[in-house]
Amino acid sequence: MALSPRVREPENREQLCCTFASRYVRDSVPKFTMPEKSIPKDAAYQIINDELMLDGAPRLNLASFVTTWMEPEVDKLIMASLNKNYVDMDEYPVTTELQNRCVNMIAHLFNAPIGEDETAVGVGTVGSSEAIMLAGLAFKRKWQIKRKSEGKPYDKPNIVTGANVQVCWEKFARYFEVELKEVKLSEGCYVMDPKKAVELVDENTICVAAILGSTLTGEFEDVKLLNELLTEKNKETGWDTPIHVDAASGGFIAPFLSPDLVWDFRLPLVKSINVSGHKYGLVYPGVGWVVWRSKDDLPDDLVFHINYLGTDQPTFTLNFSKGSSQIIAQYYQFIRLGFEGYKNIMENCMENARILKEGIERTGRFNILSKDVGVPVVAMSLKDSSQHTVFEISDHLRRFGWIVPAYSMPPDVQHVAVLRVVIREDFSRSLAERLMSDIEKVVQLLDILPSPLPLKAANVSTIANDSDHHHKVKKSEMEIQAEVLEFWKRLVDGRRTGAC
Amino acid sequence: MALSKTATETDGSVHSTFASRYVRAPLPKFKMAEHSIAKEAAYQMINDELMLDGNPRLNLASFVTTWMEPECDKLIMSAINKNFVDMDEYPVTTDLQNRCVNMIAHLFNAPLQESEPAVGVGTVGSSEAIMLAGLAFKRKWQNRRKAEGKPIDKPNIVTGANVQVCWEKFARYFEVELKEVKLREDYFVMDPEKAVEMVDENTICVAAILGSTLNGEFEDVKRLNDLLIEKNNETGWDTTIHVDAASGGFIAPFLYPDLEWDFRLPLVKSINVSGHKYGLVYAGIGWVIWRSKDDLPDELIFHINYLGADQPTFTLNFSKGSSQVIAQYYQLIRLGYEGYRNVMENCRDNMIVLKEGLEITGRFNIVSKDDGLPLVAFTLKDRSHFNEFQISDFLKRYGWIVPAYTMPPDAQSITVIRVVIREDFSRTLAERLVIDIQKVLHDLDLLSGHTVVKKSEHETQKEITTAWRKFVADRKKMNLKTNGVC
Repeated sequence: MALSPRVREPENREQLCCTFASRYVRDSVPKFTMPEKSIPKDAAYQIINDELMLDGAPRLNLASFVTTWMEPEVDKLIMASLNKNYVDMDEYPVTTELQNRCVNMIAHLFNAPIGEDETAVGVGTVGSSEAIMLAGLAFKRKWQIKRKSEGKPYDKPNIVTGANVQVCWEKFARYFEVELKEVKLSEGCYVMDPKKAVELVDENTICVAAILGSTLTGEFEDVKLLNELLTEKNKETGWDTPIHVDAASGGFIAPFLSPDLVWDFRLPLVKSINVSGHKYGLVYPGVGWVVWRSKDDLPDDLVFHINYLGTDQPTFTLNFSKGSSQIIAQYYQFIRLGFEGYKNIMENCMENARILKEGIERTGRFNILSKDVGVPVVAMSLKDSSQHTVFEISDHLRRFGWIVPAYSMPPDVQHVAVLRVVIREDFSRSLAERLMSDIEKVVQLLDILPSPLPLKAANVSTIANDSDHHHKVKKSEMEIQAEVLEFWKRLVDGRRTGAC
Repeated sequence: MALSKTATETDGSVHSTFASRYVRAPLPKFKMAEHSIAKEAAYQMINDELMLDGNPRLNLASFVTTWMEPECDKLIMSAINKNFVDMDEYPVTTDLQNRCVNMIAHLFNAPLQESEPAVGVGTVGSSEAIMLAGLAFKRKWQNRRKAEGKPIDKPNIVTGANVQVCWEKFARYFEVELKEVKLREDYFVMDPEKAVEMVDENTICVAAILGSTLNGEFEDVKRLNDLLIEKNNETGWDTTIHVDAASGGFIAPFLYPDLEWDFRLPLVKSINVSGHKYGLVYAGIGWVIWRSKDDLPDELIFHINYLGADQPTFTLNFSKGSSQVIAQYYQLIRLGYEGYRNVMENCRDNMIVLKEGLEITGRFNIVSKDDGLPLVAFTLKDRSHFNEFQISDFLKRYGWIVPAYTMPPDAQSITVIRVVIREDFSRTLAERLVIDIQKVLHDLDLLSGHTVVKKSEHETQKEITTAWRKFVADRKKMNLKTNGVC
């Protein structure tokens, strides 16, 4: 008699189920409170991974300057250092030294006036925001010290920039209680005008901030002219107003593509420069750099001397604990690519930008606002915005998979709206050609589609007074509708862009 | 007639990495090199130099997480190229951050309705979180004083002298005076009575620490709350509390749920916690939660407009990676309440094992409490022959990184050694550490001539010289720096 063994029910059926057969994918994912029980790691991974599929594809995100591709060798280095807390300088001395080497290399790239083997003054940060805040703090403190020693009030510091600054300058101003004096833009001039900037400088100005690579159009501001005008003004007034260059995007472009452009420490008034390692430094998001001209430009009372295991570690950052991966990745890029490697990549980017620009010009519908010398960006506005706007084009392009943002410019040119495509290292020519053909498709599509303006504009006639107050001009319905739409768009959308 | 072909020099790319010329040239240190090098060479050289860093998992100095499940690594790598700040492009990632904020707010008993979203944000660490919280307090205080027509130029903040350095940074960078309650030789955290005494009309808040860095103790936030309420009633100043729960925020709710330290106390207006400490995520994430919208002045919030959507943000950093936020969400749903509790209970048990092992040696005083962070802080009973710094030094030879610190004023005479028990510090490691500490004590006894057992003069001299010879030989070996004892 054969005894058949009783089949016992496995104690936990769940463990046998493949992820999608288990009950985990039937439950609603927790959103407000922590769930009471644990779940298997495969289920957790799958649930999160699947939801994240609905995020945009980083490499098709043409809004951002931030790097979206690195070589697989770097991934290995990144993974190996994920669990290294950068701030433990004594435990990880090599990682700390790699940061110092990067600072030295960047300082030399920017022609800092240091000797062959002299160590530069600078630090790695989480991004240009932190870098700018540190640089701004240094300027504020230096100015306060000077004013105190002169017996003058120091409660109203201000900083002069263009209205095209990235939002982090506004943050710095608001959080650190410094007044932001913005040079307004004008039609055709979408960066800070050095003459107007110098006019705005007063005794309370802690520094003038110039941008190398404006976020909106990629243009380089004329730092040399600013330096000259400011030197003159300093001579007249005796104020020692310095310059900071926000080279977040341009810092890794200008030295390779335009080495003769004088914008960095070669200009005597430039005291600090920041650059984003994660933009054209070609590293994944999470690393920026700030370099000072010399020790004198960084007041010592801002530097903290941490004493861990007996050794003195000077630090000046806002963040403390953070990962080490991006610093190591930055060093990898420096030694892997070298000067020639970076130059080749930037040349490729500019070439692809030129191809894209020419393709867009061929459609005949766009004005190109970006310049040929600058960050590899193509910024365009519609020649005719009466029927359709760049915002619609941006929307339609999303359906093809591209993320191409549309922005209104800051004051005083809020009526100009641009589409901006950023050319990164991983945006090849084939992608450029595909984008061009998709833009053409969208333009043709919009020709067919009706204009999405409110049809019930009613019989509104506007009275436009011209100089002699006599004429009453009756506008057509289309014009009124276009005006109304422009007005609302400006109201709703025309705010600080804040893209980087 | 055979024509011999001249041997051409092999193309460099054929050479294996260590045969190539790259490993003969020194790595650039001051200037970028002119030319590119092969990616394998770049990888290998950096990897090799990094071998000389300490081993993160043997770094017992740090609270910061050094191990996560491989499934999480997959999520981290696939999100490495996502810039978190692009909220419109990555709406799911942004949503995950919001979910984490809600979960942590509920964990801290924030007074929220069922589906009301919490007020909080993810940061790069507790430093940024504390600066944001401090900024909010400063601005609220300024607005109140301006409305009362009083001067706003001398804000101050009251903390214990045991605060972590980021509070000093906040004070110095944001121009707030730091009023520190000094410690005592038998009391290593902020005394609530002394703190409340120091509060004046210019105090923007009192900061209490849940999980002091030095000895892991939880400060008595409830007592502080009670005393401060009394003082507020007397004076009419509305001084509030911030709890720096960087380490303790993910311990107390699981191990000591009845301990009242969070939003259950009415004066607590904001709390920060490090996701990368007992939140069990790799370095690079912190959280700050406010009690309600009123506690975060609207003028500090920036409304960024990307592709038509309004995104309110209040952070110091802008672009940063998304990996840690996703990893935090993974941990919260993967472990759940029970999982975190299990992990923390394991940490606590291993802490007890270590503590008891040290007590058995009879040479140490334990200055950390059982109720607090899972760490063991101890001092030598007898410092006449060698001190704690030397013990720390000698432990390095065995591969352990165990720091020694002097306490802040007024307890500077006391030096402690501190071992942090993290999730990945198993009982095996705890037992091994005890054995190694005993070996170190033995070595130090010999080297300092401190004999416990009476020996003949000759024997003593022989022992001492043997020990020194071994010491010198070991030192030489150590210069080659091996890691990974276990």
